[in-house]
Amino acid sequence: MKRIISALIALLFFFMIVTALNSDSSDSMGIPRYGEVKLSERVSAKYIEKSVNGNEDEINFGVTVDAETGSANMVTSIVVNYRSFDTLGEVTVLFISATGVGLLLGGGRKRIGSVISVSPVVKTASRVIAPLLMVLGIYVFAHGHLTPGGGFPGGAIIAAGFLLLVVVDDEKRASKGLKILEGTMGLLYVFIGIAGLLISGSFLSNFLPTGVVGELFSAGIIPVVYSIIGLKVGAELSGIVDDFISEGGDEV
Amino acid sequence: MIQYFSMMLVAVGLYGLLSQKNLVKLIISLNIAEIGVNLFIVSIGYVEGGAAPILSSVSDNSSLLFVDPLPQALVLTSIVIGVGVTALALSLIVSVSKSRNTIDITELSSGGGDSE
Repeated sequence: MKRIISALIALLFFFMIVTALNSDSSDSMGIPRYGEVKLSERVSAKYIEKSVNGNEDEINFGVTVDAETGSANMVTSIVVNYRSFDTLGEVTVLFISATGVGLLLGGGRKRIGSVISVSPVVKTASRVIAPLLMVLGIYVFAHGHLTPGGGFPGGAIIAAGFLLLVVVDDEKRASKGLKILEGTMGLLYVFIGIAGLLISGSFLSNFLPTGVVGELFSAGIIPVVYSIIGLKVGAELSGIVDDFISEGGDEV
Repeated sequence: MIQYFSMMLVAVGLYGLLSQKNLVKLIISLNIAEIGVNLFIVSIGYVEGGAAPILSSVSDNSSLLFVDPLPQALVLTSIVIGVGVTALALSLIVSVSKSRNTIDITELSSGGGDSE
């Protein structure tokens, strides 16, 4: 009975949404039809042309010097330049969540042993693979302004490397330095914001020269901020993994 | 098509949230619904024939047709917050199951399970 009612409610919701999607959306109300979006009517057109401050010139890859954000990846230019304040809030949410996990589960110094036996071949191989994964993570966040990816995926890849080490090794624990790294990186992000406030008058503004679009050393503070985010997210997610494998009790 | 599919995922997640009794399954339902919503938001920014919003040696000019980068940036935020919510919820479930020895919501609300 309960399942039937749930299914009915879910179906009702689905048909409501389908009706809304099929309704006439010629005016500005409603959801635009799939694929028929006019970007020139949206604020995103300014983000693509990097013309929020009124610059009308075309942006050319590898040619344009000192464009507004200088980031070839437009999503990155939104995440850590135009809307960097949102990202600061996002990082704060992740930090609070990691702290909450530590509060609920942590405190135990003894870790839960593996339930499966791992063969020596797998153990040795993962000691080779895990550092490579971490290097890949660093590559992903250092090139966040040029290629898909950025601080959050890079951090997740680093944490995946840590998870691999934890799964194969019964003794592996996160070092205390991770918590310090996490806090320091959060503080550095705020300091960069305050530096922007002091130098060019608005919080988290891009105060460094942005260079040629498409080069590794370009885009001003974007690679710096994304490296900070990458290290912070990597440390945070590794800390969450570490909290989940620790049990209560004080034995060392 | 992808919009109907993503809304179907949200409906599946909603059904799971309403009908399941196991806390872990509730979290899984929440995640399915979240994936559906994220797909939907990204699909709102799709432009027919648009390239990925990255300047590269292939699409090297800002006057070319790109898909909308703004929904993608917002979905990035949404994914990260989803990870935080899931981690916190799972750790709550771990501590509930440690103290009550059950993760079934009907047993929990009727005071069942072995409370220590």
